[in-house]
Amino acid sequence: MMASVSLNINGHVHTLDVDPETPLLYVLSDDLQLRGPKFGCGLGQCGACTVLIRGQAVRSCVMPVGAVKQQQITTLEGLGTPQKPHLIQQAFIDEGAAQCGFCLSGVILTAKALLDENPKASDQQIREAMSNVLCRCFTHTRMMRAIKHYQRNPA
Amino acid sequence: MKKKEFSRREFLMASGALVVGFSAASLIEPFAVAQVPFDTHPSHVDPEKLDSWLAVASDGTVTAYTGKCDFGQGMYTVQTQLVAEELCVSISKVKVIQCDTFVTPDQGTTSGSQSTPTNFNTQNLAQAAATAREALVGMAAQRLGVSADQLTVENGVVSEKSGRQISYDELIGEKRFDIPVSSAAKRRSPSEWKVLGKPVPSMDRVALITGTFEFVHNVHVPQMVHGRVVRPPEIGATVTNVDEKSVQHVPGLIKVVVRNNFVGVVAEKQWQAAQAAKDLKVAWKPGPGLPAQKDFYDYIRKQPSSDEMLVNSRDVDSRLKSASRVLKATYLHPYQAHGSIGSSCAVADVQLDHATVWSATQSVYPTRHSVSVLTGLPLDRVRVIFVRGSGCYGLNAADAVSYDAALLSQAVHRPVRVQLTRHDEFVSENYGSACVIEQQAGTDASGAISVWDCETWSVSLGGRPGYENPGNVITGMLGGLDPDAITPQAAVEPARELRNRNNAVPSYVAGCVNAKCGGAGSIRSERVRAHTVKSPFLTGPLRSPLRLQNTFAHECFMDEISVSVHADPVAYRLQHLNETRIIDVVKAAAKAANWDARPSPKRGTPRTGTVTGRGIACVAYEGDNGYAALVAEVEVDQASGRVQAKRFVIAHDCGPISNPDGLRNQIEGAVLQGTSRALDEEITWDDRKVTSTDWQSYNTLPLGIHVPAIESVLINRPAAKASGAGETAITLVAAAIGNAIFDATGARIREVPFRPARVQAALSSRS
Repeated sequence: MMASVSLNINGHVHTLDVDPETPLLYVLSDDLQLRGPKFGCGLGQCGACTVLIRGQAVRSCVMPVGAVKQQQITTLEGLGTPQKPHLIQQAFIDEGAAQCGFCLSGVILTAKALLDENPKASDQQIREAMSNVLCRCFTHTRMMRAIKHYQRNPA
Repeated sequence: MKKKEFSRREFLMASGALVVGFSAASLIEPFAVAQVPFDTHPSHVDPEKLDSWLAVASDGTVTAYTGKCDFGQGMYTVQTQLVAEELCVSISKVKVIQCDTFVTPDQGTTSGSQSTPTNFNTQNLAQAAATAREALVGMAAQRLGVSADQLTVENGVVSEKSGRQISYDELIGEKRFDIPVSSAAKRRSPSEWKVLGKPVPSMDRVALITGTFEFVHNVHVPQMVHGRVVRPPEIGATVTNVDEKSVQHVPGLIKVVVRNNFVGVVAEKQWQAAQAAKDLKVAWKPGPGLPAQKDFYDYIRKQPSSDEMLVNSRDVDSRLKSASRVLKATYLHPYQAHGSIGSSCAVADVQLDHATVWSATQSVYPTRHSVSVLTGLPLDRVRVIFVRGSGCYGLNAADAVSYDAALLSQAVHRPVRVQLTRHDEFVSENYGSACVIEQQAGTDASGAISVWDCETWSVSLGGRPGYENPGNVITGMLGGLDPDAITPQAAVEPARELRNRNNAVPSYVAGCVNAKCGGAGSIRSERVRAHTVKSPFLTGPLRSPLRLQNTFAHECFMDEISVSVHADPVAYRLQHLNETRIIDVVKAAAKAANWDARPSPKRGTPRTGTVTGRGIACVAYEGDNGYAALVAEVEVDQASGRVQAKRFVIAHDCGPISNPDGLRNQIEGAVLQGTSRALDEEITWDDRKVTSTDWQSYNTLPLGIHVPAIESVLINRPAAKASGAGETAITLVAAAIGNAIFDATGARIREVPFRPARVQAALSSRS
């Protein structure tokens, strides 16, 4: 059952002995103690566990760790740091776009993946991309403002 | 403490599984300690002592301790502002420690929009900080040989006119004050505020947005292992057998734990625990079944009830008879979930003689009590440390999962982290109450309301465990402690002054009891009866508990009455209100929204296609804990029945504003959460079990909606007492939207949620 798995996370390579069926989220949050991706639903329905894999927003709670291979994984804390946040993080900081903040991996990384691929995404395309991302504090107003803010001033 | 009878059920004898029962000892044993102030409970942190609230370090930094915590509502930031303001130091010098039973005073539960009233008026944290400032100035006066009134304080430095200075750390650094909190210490007046009242950005946002913030989900303890629970597959099912062999194949499995109907597993890794919980074969005896959802509102009205009469002018029946016109309507509100985005999680380390629990509970001291009951450890050997979870909006599963972790840790003698699944969370959290509200009012020849009669039914089972009963949430209940249920009893005539805590009493009545009138309105013929019946599901406070449901009914019915007399809904409200603060918010909201003054519905709107309308609702939250009025503008697609909120304008008065940016953030979130609850949210069930168990079967408005514009008009009242602000806005949303739908279409929808099928049905039944 156990296998040696190498993961490239936020620019560092980690080799772990793990059941390859384990959801990537558990490895990130339990074994590597990363704080960005979080357990929201475990069903891929809310987005709280989102990471970027080669630039694509992926729900790590339903992604077996064995399927990730050597692809580069970026978590919310790998995007920028408190001292030097990524521009999309800075946009969220500037807009005060957080309440409890538990959903932010889903919100920020889903928007980033879309806008990096399609910088001129229409409002409709942004809404479609965010249509499976949940925030139960309903900080929608500020979050959507922050996403537009980033779209105007991308990296 | 009230002694409590409870049945200690038969222990389950399952082969190989750990079998234990709850000890009743700590429930029955009376506390020998005298009651301490503020209705708090035995704690070694004495709230009367200043040192329990504040400490000044040798570098001049201030540590403040409070029992009110931050779940994302911005409480940490405003508490920091408060302490900085009262002590005259910069906010960067202040660190607030929230909710840890070893170090913070017992301030009960962080709930009910009470965090600001409790700490920001003339007691507790604010008063402690004011006491500290006066004490420090007094010490400086002595050192400098001048009188205190010759001194000024800035940035933690006390100065005399001649320029002589002495800093807080020189005066007290690292030493205890050893004085009581003084109720006479003078608070800084809002006109002097330099930090409080300012839009300080929330202090946690950078850590949250950069993914470095530690949630309870991120707590790691050496030797920690992982637990999962196996909840009953249907309501009321009981365990008959647990086949431990069914999970022998799961690697890393440490133990299967069964206590009465509580079942859980512990494994080295989270994935292993999840596998074991999925594969564990548990034989369950079916529960008693559930009342049919389609008839549930009728069912509620037929149950034995605990009744309360809130106001009764005793002339209601005769006034209804003599009224020019009588209107009746019944409003229905479903059970709704807290539905926290993060399924609840906790870590517990229960050793032989002590326990530590890292919990996102709103109630560290009550949780300490519950853990003590469940583990049999003495109260003072249990430490509960608050670590933030995802937003809870009331009693989500944070308490239950803390008990889960404690039970599993005790069984394996190792720290255990328990992560609930989404299903666990949805099927057994304490839902917001379903309600039926019957309204009846009479108008006189002039069209004014002459009499208002309201009868409400709500459901209840369990609730906050408090210091009494861990059985009020699922884990304690499964372990054998019965949740609090209502005792049927008839209402007695009201004797005490009206306290409109659940907003059961509409704002438009005078609220008179024995000639003392505590209502916000002018209608003197008034009767409000509230019935509470036993719920088949656990219930608990959900953001604006009952106040939202009642306000939905009152404010929609007020609209219906205004329609019946062809009056403008704003003018008609103002005609029946006489409390200044609610009148002011109604006027301010109408003005800011550029309210189109005319009777509803809008004239000449077509019966097909997309139409728009506006509605208003207002509330004096809990009677006197904040005031707000909300104007909603909606668009209704009459073909599909789809309702979209386009714009909200809210006027909001919570007394002196501590942080306008944080307040706006709370209001915006509450208005949209209210929109989601009004349009889409409802717990569903079949004849045996809850069927809304994930985000496909329980709807919530995602980020990708057309986000409506929200304009907040903040009315600052520096001279008033500080009120809550977390629940006022959400209270109004269903009513304002319902009234706007009527304005747009002429169809009145009296049942939440306003899903397309329900709206369509209402549209097609228009006369």
